[in-house]
Amino acid sequence: MHKRTLKWIILAAAVATPLAAQAHKMWMVPSATNVAGADPWVTVDAAISNDLFFPDHHAAPLDKLVIIAPDGQTAKPQNAATGKYRSVFDVELAQQGTYKLALVNQGLFARYELNGQKKRWRGDAAELATAIPAGAKDVEVTASSSRVETFVTNGKPNATALKPSGQGLELVPVSGVTDLVEGEPATFQLLLDGKPAAGLKVSAIAGATRYRNAPEEMTAQTGTDGRFTLTWPHPGMYWVNASTQDDKSGVKQASKRRLSYTATLEVLPE
Amino acid sequence: MRRLLCCTLALLLATPLAAAELDVTVRIPEQEVAEYHRPYAAIWIERADRSVAAQLAAWYAQKDSKEGAGTKWLPDLRQWWRRGGRGLSLPVDGVSGATRPAGQYQLKFVDGQAPLGTLAPGDYTLVVEAAREVGGREVVRVPFTWPATATQHLSAQGSSELGAVSLDINP
Repeated sequence: MHKRTLKWIILAAAVATPLAAQAHKMWMVPSATNVAGADPWVTVDAAISNDLFFPDHHAAPLDKLVIIAPDGQTAKPQNAATGKYRSVFDVELAQQGTYKLALVNQGLFARYELNGQKKRWRGDAAELATAIPAGAKDVEVTASSSRVETFVTNGKPNATALKPSGQGLELVPVSGVTDLVEGEPATFQLLLDGKPAAGLKVSAIAGATRYRNAPEEMTAQTGTDGRFTLTWPHPGMYWVNASTQDDKSGVKQASKRRLSYTATLEVLPE
Repeated sequence: MRRLLCCTLALLLATPLAAAELDVTVRIPEQEVAEYHRPYAAIWIERADRSVAAQLAAWYAQKDSKEGAGTKWLPDLRQWWRRGGRGLSLPVDGVSGATRPAGQYQLKFVDGQAPLGTLAPGDYTLVVEAAREVGGREVVRVPFTWPATATQHLSAQGSSELGAVSLDINP
């Protein structure tokens, strides 16, 4: 199997598996979520792992990294590097306000059988026509759409970078996103293609899972307005995830679209 | 002349002889540590809904540096930063100041004058927060009602980064 294909399959498994809590988890962790001063920077880890937030499985590819600055324009990562288990990059926070860091993946995943052998393929819609050999049997194509995000605020927060794109599963903070405090309820809204995503299960797991025996997963359900509320039991970095599927793949060969959204959110002591 | 005297008397009766005062006393305790840095500290008044009614003091490193004087570490005063510190354009006259060594500090704030300004009648909390580089962080809160009808002495005790905090209100 090609190295590139393997990478995409690991990625696809991490971001598009419906039973997200049991799959490898993809995440970005910034070195700080609130910064100040004349020349603030953050350094960010990005990985796919079992334990939160320890890079123990695969580096997260950075080719789909999008950084939205407080003015809504994109900003470039600096000093990016990808190692065996972890990618890293720096962000210079030249503007005041809230930055959104997102790994945005969209693509197609196919399974088929060729000459009695099971095959897998991952790519985009343009490649699909030529990717699957003529003799392939039991071809099953699935579209996937995922976002893995985190947020950093320089000075006073603003909401320009938090505007949803209207594509896939997205999170809109209602009560702040870099302002989370233990014991205080925090409300967010989940959108599916820009519309409230009702009835979705949202799970949140605090980091440092290696140092406790139970995952201590918290769950919430989105209402008809797509909103859900989480109350953080203790400070820490939390991995917040929701996933769903529908039939709006946008590609005629794919009957299903799998969607997932993940955010790493920092909760500070009161 | 008599009329002028009457007017003066009326004015004197209508307004208190002296404006009300808040006297804040804060102790920064000594720390038995190998590496000591003076704490960053902030003092402010919160309304019942926890919004900021007045910023009274912010003590942070004033030395010029590439990272922007001491402002890089201001978010370590977490509550202050979140509750309004981050919205200030620093330095603020009469609020910003240098970090203080261990000791007891008395600060006097006068009703109607900066930085206290005029507080609407209601319930408030005096909040003192201190955060020390490679050390800890502590918040001490002293609730009070404004205006006070009689002289009041209120206090609270810190346990690590702050010592006794007291608030004397002279109506």
